[in-house]
Amino acid sequence: MIVRILSEGQYRVDGETLEAIKRLDDELMEALTLDDAERFQRLLHEVATLVRSGEALHAEHLTESDLILPAPDTTLDEAKKLFHDPA
Amino acid sequence: MGLMARVSTIFKSKVNNVLDRAEDPRETLEYSYQKQVEQLQNIRRGIAEVVTSKKRLELQMARLQQSVAQQEENARDAVRANRDDLAQEALSRKQALESQITGLQAQIEDLAREEARLTDLQQKLQTKVEAFRTQKEVIKAQYSAAQAQVKIGEAFTGLGEDMADVNLALQRAQDKTESLKARAAAIDSLAENPAFQLDNALPSSGDSIRDELNKLKASSSVSEELAKLKAEMGQNSNPGDNS
Repeated sequence: MIVRILSEGQYRVDGETLEAIKRLDDELMEALTLDDAERFQRLLHEVATLVRSGEALHAEHLTESDLILPAPDTTLDEAKKLFHDPA
Repeated sequence: MGLMARVSTIFKSKVNNVLDRAEDPRETLEYSYQKQVEQLQNIRRGIAEVVTSKKRLELQMARLQQSVAQQEENARDAVRANRDDLAQEALSRKQALESQITGLQAQIEDLAREEARLTDLQQKLQTKVEAFRTQKEVIKAQYSAAQAQVKIGEAFTGLGEDMADVNLALQRAQDKTESLKARAAAIDSLAENPAFQLDNALPSSGDSIRDELNKLKASSSVSEELAKLKAEMGQNSNPGDNS
């Protein structure tokens, strides 16, 4: 699976890592829903670290991603804005 | 659905907004390429904007540092004239200015990070656009319209994603420089207006008890600084005792 970290790049991650990512990803959505900024930041960094453990794709690869993670320094408010105002 | 899947969905819809699809896939390639070149120009403009804002804050910081030196000088003159009241006032202003400088420093660092991020994205996009251009020429030369349709699919969506990514990064940088402008104007008036209110110089924490305690802390640190200044100038802390 190809995972993109926004403003960073794309990584190819294996199935096991992907499972771990997906579990944290659900928590990430929960933190966003519960407005828990501290947990949101922590999870975002955890997921980013997991994704980075995969194989980084070269910049000249033009591939669609299966999953996209916001930039790790995205604030809770910025993330909400992304969902609220996707244009 | 997790957060990342949602972001992916949002991005998929963006791809078709940033790149145009045409009837003839080979035209799609050309349109897309034009868009990419425009995007590279946008990102250059975005970097220039961030750099300009950063320079502005740096100038502002230099001015605040001058004001700090001025207040320090005022405080010394006041001590020499045995005017503790004036010295205290000058030192309070100096401390207020110093706290603004700390805030500015953080913002300058924030903008420096945005600049680095955009520069990095620009380099990556440049590489991708170059790769796309090569693929485009190959596809145009080797495939019929129907075959090309399949071939460009992946490159098209992959690059569209990159461009949407860059758009978002540009938007974030722009939001940051916008929110800094209002604050910068407030600091300008602080540095320029000699009769500024000390009450406003300490940023409110949103907690009135905390604000009072911060004021108390500020005033005791002013007394400490005054005592230090006097010691430095070889005066004891008892006014009128140095004649």
